[in-house]
Amino acid sequence: MSLLAIEGVTRRFGGLIAVNNVSFSVEAGEILSVIGPNGAGKSTLFKLIAGFVKPTAGHILLDGKRIDGLRPHAIAARGLVRTFQETTVFREMTALENVTVAHHLRRRASIAAELLATPSVRAEQKEFLSDSREILARLGLAGLENELARNLPHGHLRALGIAMALAVRPRVILLDEPFTGMNSEETERAVEIVRTIRAGGVTVVLVEHDMGAVMRISDRIVVLNFGTLIASGTPAAIQQDETVIDAYLGRADEIAAL
Amino acid sequence: MGLIRLPLAPVSFALFAAVMLLAVPLALAGQGYWLTVLTTAALLAFGSLGVWLTFSIGRINIAQGAFALIGGYVVAILGTRYHVSFWLALPLAVLVSMLVATLVGWPILRLRGVYFAMITLSLTEVASLAFLNGGGFTAGASGITSIPRPALLSSSLAIYIASALLLLAGIVIAWRFAVSPAGAVFRSLRQGEELAASLGIDIARYRLLAFVASSGMGGAAGAMFAAFQQNIFPTSYTVNDSVNFMLYCFLGGLQSVAGPVVGAFLLVIAFQLLSAIQKYQALLYGIFMIAAMLFLPNGLMSLPRVLAARRRRDE
Repeated sequence: MSLLAIEGVTRRFGGLIAVNNVSFSVEAGEILSVIGPNGAGKSTLFKLIAGFVKPTAGHILLDGKRIDGLRPHAIAARGLVRTFQETTVFREMTALENVTVAHHLRRRASIAAELLATPSVRAEQKEFLSDSREILARLGLAGLENELARNLPHGHLRALGIAMALAVRPRVILLDEPFTGMNSEETERAVEIVRTIRAGGVTVVLVEHDMGAVMRISDRIVVLNFGTLIASGTPAAIQQDETVIDAYLGRADEIAAL
Repeated sequence: MGLIRLPLAPVSFALFAAVMLLAVPLALAGQGYWLTVLTTAALLAFGSLGVWLTFSIGRINIAQGAFALIGGYVVAILGTRYHVSFWLALPLAVLVSMLVATLVGWPILRLRGVYFAMITLSLTEVASLAFLNGGGFTAGASGITSIPRPALLSSSLAIYIASALLLLAGIVIAWRFAVSPAGAVFRSLRQGEELAASLGIDIARYRLLAFVASSGMGGAAGAMFAAFQQNIFPTSYTVNDSVNFMLYCFLGGLQSVAGPVVGAFLLVIAFQLLSAIQKYQALLYGIFMIAAMLFLPNGLMSLPRVLAARRRRDE
C-alpha cells in the first residue's frame, strides 16, 4: 500500500477546473516532484493534500485512510505537513520560538499545568527547546536562534520554514518551491537538505520550477498541465516524454534545463 | 521588540501589589470617593486584560461591554429574585458569559480584522437591546436596582480590596499564560493562522479559548460592578464602554501584560482629576488614541524603549 494516494481528485473553482481527475501515489521513503507550467494546478494540488482546500471529487488517502475532508491541523497530526511558498514564518518571533511552537503536537501537559509550570511541564519545554536547537543546527541556522524571524534573509527563512515542518515530526513533508529564487550555491545546499530529510525517514513531495534541481533530486516526477496529469515516471523518462515536451513548448529555457 | 516583552518584571508587579493592597487602603481608607475610582479602574483593567488576550490572537474585540452586561445581569437576577449569594452568583456569571461566548464565538471567530471588530461591536448593541426587551425577566429599561451587597463586602474598602485582588490574580494568570506554550500558540495565530494550522494547531479551538477566557473576565468585571453599584441597566455598558476596554489596551500597549492595566488606571484616574472636562471625554479619548497611534504605536509601556532608542540615535 502506498503511503500517500491521490485518487481521482478534482477541484473546481466556479467554472474553472484547477485540478482535474488527478491520480498518483507516493511510496514511503521516496522523493516525488510535481512539476508543470504556471497555472497547471500544482499549488491547488498541494492545498488539497494538506487540507486547506477540499476536493470537489475524489479521495486522498494517507496509510490507506482518507484524509480529504479533514482540517489542516488534523492532517498534520496524522503525519503530513506542508511548507509554504516564499517566506511564511511567524515574523515577530525568534527562530527558536518559531520551531518551539511547531512542537505543539507533542505537548502533553494541560494548559493549567503549563500555567503552573510544573516540573513535568518544565522538562517537556526543555526537551522541545533542545530539539529545536538541534533542528535549527541541522538546517544551517545555528547561531541565529535568538534572531527575530523578520530579520532573517530569505534563504534562511525558507530553511526556518522547513525546520518548523520537521519539528512536527512528519512522515510526509510537502515542500512548496524549496529552491525558487536561490542561486546555484544556495540551491545546492537546499538539495542537500532535502536529501537529509529523506535520509531521516521522511517521505518528500515537492512542487518546484527549478528543473535542474528537480531532475537531480527526484526518484519520480509527476507532470501536471491545465490541471490534468499528463505524465509520471523517473526523471529520465520524463525528459524523453513527448507530451511533457509539448506542454513546455515555447518555454525554451525550461526545455534547455530538461 | 516584536516578541511580547513578557515578564512584567516580578519586581514591578510586587510594587504594584504593595501599592494596591497596602498603600492605597492606608492612605484612602476614609475616602469613599477615591476608593470607588480605584475600584472602577481595577475592574476595568481586569476586563481589559481579557480584551488584551483576544488581541494576542490577532482579533480586535469590541464586545467586552456585552459580557460585562451579561455578568452584571446574572448577579442582579440571581441576587434579587432567587436570593442567591453573590459568592455563588459570581462564578455563575462567569460561566454564563463563557457559555454565551462559546455559542457566539464559534461562528464569528472565522472573521478577521475589521470584520471581526465590527461584529463584536454590534454584539454590544445586541446585548443591550436584548436586556432592554427582556420583559419581566430583565425588567426592561428600568433595570434591576437594590441588588443586595455581597456578604463580607459591606464597605467600599472591602469592595476595593476584592477588586484589587481580582485584578492582581488576573495579571498573574495573564502573565503566566503569556510565557506558557499556550501563550506562544496564541501569538502564532496572530502572525499566521494558516501556518499555525499546518503545524497541527487547532486554530478554531485556540481562537475560541481566547475569546471565551476574555468574555469570562468581562463577565466577572460586570458582576463585580453590579454588586458594588447595586444596580444594572441595559445602558450600563454601551458600545462606548466596549471601545474603551479596547482603548485601554491600545494606550498601555499590547506588547506586555501591564499594558491594559496601565492604560485603564491612567485614563480612569486622569478623568477624575480633570472632572471639569468630563463632557469632552469622548473627544479627548479620541485625541489620545490618535496621538498614541502616531507617536507610540506600541503603547505607553514602550515609552522607555522608544526614549532609549532616541537617545542612542542622538549620541
